[in-house]
Amino acid sequence: MLKTLLTGTALAAGLGWAAQADTLKIANIAELSGAGAAAGSVWADGVHLAIDEINETGGILGMQVDMSEYDSQTDPLQSRALVQKAIDEGAFALLGTVYSSSTVVNMLVAQQNGIPQFTGSEAPSITQKGNPYIFRTTFGAQKGMPKIGTYLKDGLGVSKVAIAWANTEYGKGGHDAFVDVAKEMGLEVVSDVPSEQGQADFSADILKIKNTGAEAVFIYLTEEESARFLIEAKKQGLNIPMVGDTVLASQKVIDLSGGAAEGALGHVALSADAPVPLLQAMSAKFTERFGYRPDHNAIKGYIGAYAIKYGTEIVGEANSQKLTDALHGTCLDAATYPGVLMDICWDETGEVSRESFMVEVKNGAQDITTILPPN
Amino acid sequence: MAELLQILISGLSSGAIYALAAVGFTLLWQASQTINFAQGEFVMLPAFFVLAGMTLFGLPLWAAILTAFVLSIVILGAMFKKLVVEPMLPHGTMPLVIATIALGLLMKESVKEFYSAQGQPFPSLFPQHVMDFFGASVSVQDLCNLAVAFAAIIALQLFLQRTRTGRAMQATAQDPRVAEILGVDVKRMVMYTFLINGALAAIASILISPVYLAKFSNGETLGMIAFIAAIVGGFNQIRGALVGGLLIGVLDNLAAVYISAEYRTAIPLILLIVIIMVRPQGIMGTSEGRTV
Repeated sequence: MLKTLLTGTALAAGLGWAAQADTLKIANIAELSGAGAAAGSVWADGVHLAIDEINETGGILGMQVDMSEYDSQTDPLQSRALVQKAIDEGAFALLGTVYSSSTVVNMLVAQQNGIPQFTGSEAPSITQKGNPYIFRTTFGAQKGMPKIGTYLKDGLGVSKVAIAWANTEYGKGGHDAFVDVAKEMGLEVVSDVPSEQGQADFSADILKIKNTGAEAVFIYLTEEESARFLIEAKKQGLNIPMVGDTVLASQKVIDLSGGAAEGALGHVALSADAPVPLLQAMSAKFTERFGYRPDHNAIKGYIGAYAIKYGTEIVGEANSQKLTDALHGTCLDAATYPGVLMDICWDETGEVSRESFMVEVKNGAQDITTILPPN
Repeated sequence: MAELLQILISGLSSGAIYALAAVGFTLLWQASQTINFAQGEFVMLPAFFVLAGMTLFGLPLWAAILTAFVLSIVILGAMFKKLVVEPMLPHGTMPLVIATIALGLLMKESVKEFYSAQGQPFPSLFPQHVMDFFGASVSVQDLCNLAVAFAAIIALQLFLQRTRTGRAMQATAQDPRVAEILGVDVKRMVMYTFLINGALAAIASILISPVYLAKFSNGETLGMIAFIAAIVGGFNQIRGALVGGLLIGVLDNLAAVYISAEYRTAIPLILLIVIIMVRPQGIMGTSEGRTV
């Protein structure tokens, strides 16, 4: 009896080990509910698409990806606990979070555990904290601001500008970077209006901006807040150019705000409408599977998952530390590594360099007006 | 001057919608000593009835709104009373308060689970035009929201004061035992109050969702503001809830424009503290004696 029991236990343990050896555990921690759901759930769909493709085409180094997903509820403390949980459960690399307020908190846990983390966050501070384990999937806000400043000054001929920004880690980072650029370029900031995460009523914000003589407004809010801002701006007849970075002209905001996003201008790091065949193919697959068009967050999630695959394959083994070391100072060209969709480079801080686009919202879609070189 | 006018109209428009939700608080309190902490979720839910009607059943907007009204009156009015209030009320106010908090959570999480955690675009009933009004740019949508909300509250007041049923409802609110002795069907009058609350919540939801987007978490803010508005105005007066809602709407806008957008959310709370200290019965409310 005892012999049978021991044999069974050994067999079960052996089978379990074999199953584990054939899979590679990756965790995705995202804002699937709460104020950041519009960003996090789309990011998660991008991740799902990529992981399923990876598994269908042989996985990573012959191992199938076993992905666990965790809902941070857009709560930084919750996200921190979940990163720890994901690592305790054996995650070899992490994807997420998207909201900078969460990433700036939870990335310390990944750093302490030596686990590489691929984030969708764009706050400048993320890559300025000396954390070697953090990698962006798109560049930080500080890289887009000079392009926006130049566009406002030279493209639109604006000298007075208002700023509407989210009073969060993401918003503060973008706000401060824009204010620095505005100062350098001689743009006068005539109205500076912060808003809270999840703010629903933007009537006073628009009124404040309307009455300051601003010639354009720079909007640095998250998806739902951007949509509410645009709806209210249209309602109140705010007829000045509305310019943003990535989020404002994203497909999610276009969908949420209906016609109110028409004419919005934006510097966009990733766009499903970009004249890039790989991006368009990814967009078609995504739309077919999920029934809506991907925005920058979906593309970031997709790229993040593939970055883990390619980095691991370059290293030749599933080793978190070696993956981290390998990606610093590395460029992946889209011709060789099609999952990254566009040529991408990471510097020593995990910051990204890549081409970007200026877009205008026309007929409910992004119309690419200019392709900008990497900086 | 034009700026102030614009702030006032915009504030009154938001405030009128808060008032609709706040009136619900006072109605239920007067009719059955129910403090409904799910009131914010009551305002959140009808928008999803409309969206579900349009997207899942292919109804046109007007039919979806009509269906949402009926569902709101049945579910948020009759079923709420029968399934939550009636079983809990005999145990006292506190268990009922806790039950409504739990109901609010259930409604919020259910919408998140079965519809979506993301904000949803919601069609506007009114034109998106902007009018010039004494130099101020005034949104037609704001004016229409204001008009509909006011019309609903005036209609309610007229119903309560000018009709036999309305007066019976008032008598029930003032003293149910005496009302019953006088032949008023108290249970039916209380039920009417709950049905009216369901209808008001549906109106507020349909007016506010085109601007706020329809989202499962909308009730958190709306419920809090409406509760504060009801206390500030006077928890035992419908016109008090109206005044409280409008006051908070206008003060919120004034604070954001002239003081600080960062501290705007503190303004209703400061107002609440001041009112509790200076006039605990609220601006329009009347003191109620209690015996032990």
